[in-house]
Amino acid sequence: MTDIRYLAPQTLDEAVGAFAAAQGAARILAGGTDLLVQMRNGMAKPGTIIDIKKIAELTTIARTADGGFRVGAAVSGAVLAEHESFGTVWPGVLEAVNLIGSTQVQGRASPGGNLCHGSPAADSVPAMVAAGAVLTIQGPNGRRELPVEAFPAGPGRTKLAPGEILVSFTLPARPKGSGDAYLRMIPRTEMDIAVVGLAVNLTMANGVVTAARVGLGAVAPTVLLVEAAAKALIGSKLEDAALETAAAACRAACNPINDKRGTIEYRTKVAGVLLKRVAAIAAERAGRA
Amino acid sequence: MNAIDNKWIGTRTIRPDGVDKVTGRAGYAADNVMPGMVWGKVLRSPHAHAVIRSINTAKAEALPGVKAVVTAADIVNFPLDKSVMLGIQDMRWMCRNVMAREKALFHGQPVAAVAATTAEIAAEACKLIEVDYEVLPHVIEIDDAIAPNAPILHDFIKYEGKPSNIAGTMVNKVGDIEAGFAQADLVIERNYDTRPVHQGYIEPHACTVSCTADGKVTIWSSSQGQFMVRAMTSLLTGISQSNIRAIPAEIGGGFGAKTIIYLEPVAVMLSKKSGRPVKMVMSRDEVFRATGPAPGMKATVKIGMKKDGTIVAAHGVYYLQAGGLPGSPLRGPVGCSFAPYNIANVLSEGFDVVSNRPKVAAYRAPGAPLGAFAVETVIDELCEKLGLDPLEVRIKNHARPGDKAVYGATFGSITFVETTDAMLKHPHYKAPLDKAPAPHIRRGRGVASGFWYNAGGESSAQVNITEDGNVTVTTGHPDVGGSRASTANVTAELLGIDHSRISVLIGDTASIGFSNLTGGSRVTFASAMVVTQSTEKVIGQLKERAARIWKIDPEAVDWENGEARPAGANAGKFPALTLKELAAKANEMGGPIGAGIQLNTVGADPGFATHIVDVEVDTQLGIVRVIRYTACQDAGRSLHPSYVEGQIQGGVVQGIGWALSEEFLYDKTGKMDNASFLDYRMPVCSDLPMIEAVALEIPNPKHPQGVRGVGEAGILPGLAAIANAVHDAVGKRFFSLPLSPPKVLAVLDS
Ligand SMILES: Cc1cc2nc3c(=O)[nH]c(=O)nc-3n(C[C@H](O)[C@H](O)[C@H](O)COP(=O)(O)OP(=O)(O)OC[C@H]3O[C@@H](n4cnc5c(N)ncnc54)[C@H](O)[C@@H]3O)c2cc1C
Repeated sequence: MTDIRYLAPQTLDEAVGAFAAAQGAARILAGGTDLLVQMRNGMAKPGTIIDIKKIAELTTIARTADGGFRVGAAVSGAVLAEHESFGTVWPGVLEAVNLIGSTQVQGRASPGGNLCHGSPAADSVPAMVAAGAVLTIQGPNGRRELPVEAFPAGPGRTKLAPGEILVSFTLPARPKGSGDAYLRMIPRTEMDIAVVGLAVNLTMANGVVTAARVGLGAVAPTVLLVEAAAKALIGSKLEDAALETAAAACRAACNPINDKRGTIEYRTKVAGVLLKRVAAIAAERAGRA
Repeated sequence: MNAIDNKWIGTRTIRPDGVDKVTGRAGYAADNVMPGMVWGKVLRSPHAHAVIRSINTAKAEALPGVKAVVTAADIVNFPLDKSVMLGIQDMRWMCRNVMAREKALFHGQPVAAVAATTAEIAAEACKLIEVDYEVLPHVIEIDDAIAPNAPILHDFIKYEGKPSNIAGTMVNKVGDIEAGFAQADLVIERNYDTRPVHQGYIEPHACTVSCTADGKVTIWSSSQGQFMVRAMTSLLTGISQSNIRAIPAEIGGGFGAKTIIYLEPVAVMLSKKSGRPVKMVMSRDEVFRATGPAPGMKATVKIGMKKDGTIVAAHGVYYLQAGGLPGSPLRGPVGCSFAPYNIANVLSEGFDVVSNRPKVAAYRAPGAPLGAFAVETVIDELCEKLGLDPLEVRIKNHARPGDKAVYGATFGSITFVETTDAMLKHPHYKAPLDKAPAPHIRRGRGVASGFWYNAGGESSAQVNITEDGNVTVTTGHPDVGGSRASTANVTAELLGIDHSRISVLIGDTASIGFSNLTGGSRVTFASAMVVTQSTEKVIGQLKERAARIWKIDPEAVDWENGEARPAGANAGKFPALTLKELAAKANEMGGPIGAGIQLNTVGADPGFATHIVDVEVDTQLGIVRVIRYTACQDAGRSLHPSYVEGQIQGGVVQGIGWALSEEFLYDKTGKMDNASFLDYRMPVCSDLPMIEAVALEIPNPKHPQGVRGVGEAGILPGLAAIANAVHDAVGKRFFSLPLSPPKVLAVLDS
């Protein structure tokens, strides 16, 4: 039996200090729904585990001064779902976070863990990308900010520097007439990994799209921000032609692999189908907002 | 006793094992711990196909904490040239399946095992075992295995005089198919392929074994038959059956795959060598890589039909994947596929194909769902093209009592017609279906039938009256699907006492007579028979005791409502004697009351099922979802309706998984690529509608309660019924399973 040191610091400074001091032998523990699985199957063998759930900033959901949200990296899906207004403002982000695992997994799984695990198929990441979330990161050299789409570096890899911890996601304030949505294609209805995941965030005025962002997951080494798809939507009334152009842009952005979860051909086709379906849901929500 | 006013038979009593299971107290094999116990771990082949030149265990044995190491040298060697059978299992293959000998034949095959003080040390020691492999080219798929220059797995296997991967053949034949096809108005021939699927039981294989200094072995394990565990362990270790006691643990599912053993002989040898009790538990990864899936299939089926729907000729050719060692269930597709129908001209041919995959094991009606998939989709297409109702055509062609099956038997009291007719008349069959509820959604309905042999076989029971006038019933079958509940219902009914006064137990190999496997849809059929006969003997004893007390003739005593009553001329002369009163007087009146019966039961009629399914296809994503399902079988008599329905629903769900999402995927090195429940996609609850199980009750005249086995037939029709429903929805036929979204979309877009 190998011994594992377990730390549960109360402050971020302590956590960063311990994390940096361990020089790569430590792992951050949020919900543990990825980390513990990796430890059990022998893929991760940390000497120290630093549990960040005792740090207030990482487990709170706060309104920002300009009316946006700051969501702590270790907030669980269940806690996010219970928040009084988050889900009405960001229904797409919430549904993406809540798709992770099952009721049991939701009690622990966090958007921070989902992002830091580095899976290109992580469900909440396309929604965060579409939402334009900005990350706050703290490390031995202080704090920095990074747009969420710039964070993944490849399957299982991120742009966190040694000793850095993801602190929170900041979501901007919402203009009137905004809506977002996320859908994933999985062969089963539950307990599966996205074959393709796609999020659309729209702002509309008088039926015309004035702002749009599209996040696309599971079709490339990292989750993608598909700017060409957003461009096709902006200025349109989501007519068939605009949707087809945006769908084509999503297909073109795909750079998937053939694997046990889906073929290149299939994933590429599905990306286009999902764009149209997700845009319709987001527009519906924007109309209601 | 089959009266309509049954008090217990046919009611949903609480299962005797229920409380322990829902409170987590039930003892499964992996729960067992013993003083001084050590942990066994298997070293598995990292190659799909390799000669094992040598194994050096010295470094592993030297690791502190290691108590024993075993290899094939410690397992009894059954030479390749002489078959030694135990039931349907050939010990030549079994001894190599539990421990590779000359060759590793699939990735994950055991090559050695270690027992150590902790599981970690055992795993560590496995890494220290040096195996010198000569890696050989491997072959996974049927087409590749039977290709002219395929790597040959077993040089001694010859087909048509040459070394071959075709390890066996089987043929059933009646009439003359060429003459038959000539009479047909329409002949359709189709090619099929399917992938292996796993039984997917929730409980991985596990055992604890204690081998003591005097050579006595005790085995606690999860299996579908403690007597099979004893017999097979005895053969593979050379220890006599009288020195082995196999104790059945509660079982977390088997579906056929626990009718053979993997760990027990290895654990016995580790225990014998180490002098310690040894515990072994497989991981899910090991279960997928090295325990029996059901075979994949490649098949061609040709059927000729007349305009009026009469099937005049049928030809089926089925290649099944056996895995690395011979023995795929050819009699499934060869014997069952055409058995629902009385066809004058039939040729049914099967080929057993070895390739570098895990050796197949039984899975619910072994092999038969595959044949049914092929045959029942061809019948559907014939009906479509001839404009005939698919259920009416089935009824027209169904075999009836007295007809002779292509596999040789003459059918007894079969009820195929009644079963399909119940589906024809079921509201589901004519219920309106909105075929295009949205632009990208199409719905369709499909039907299919399926046949399975069912079995009787050896069973034993012992019924004892306790000193306080209650009852214990012991049988020899692990209870996988609620058989203890049915046994309690039968005993309560016969004795006329409250169900709660009966305790039903499963004996170990030393405490109850030989009982064959829990499998073949046989346990409720066979155990109800031996429990009935044992209970009737007990009732005879009770009447005899009462007669002695009253000093009248035993013939003049009735047993009613849990008490002996004077009958006939003596009616009313004495106050009735209850079971409790008779038990209290047992010793004065001749000793303890109890009786046992051991029988080779006969009279199990075949299993048969007809299903109706509605599906919904997302034509843009290729996703197929089942939205309504109705499944019919004749249970003869539902001793406990919940567990009849459970069997039917369970079979249906497994058929849905087989049809839509389950498959073994291999990488280029011959290693399984999806050895987890995440990527081996069995249906989850949210994938399924409520499955309506329709259990007919047309009693089997050869059984005391009328029981017909229901365990297996429920898995048969689903594969074809779903494929037929998808055709109804989208107008395209599918010949390859599973109907996974990429496959469906590719066909839709073609
Ligand atoms: C049964 C099951 C089902 C699942 N289903 C899904 C699903 O449907 N969709 C999906 O996307 N995922 C799924 N997952 C994966 C997992 O639940 C998610 O990725 C989840 O969001 C991880 O969050 P966590 O808080 O549990 O992360 P943890 O396991 O605690 O951490 C994940 C990784 O990120 C690191 N980390 C965590 N927080 C930080 C931080 N603040 N700073 C730096 N590094 C950090 C950890 O060291 C670790 O490497 C499933 C997992 C299970 C067990």
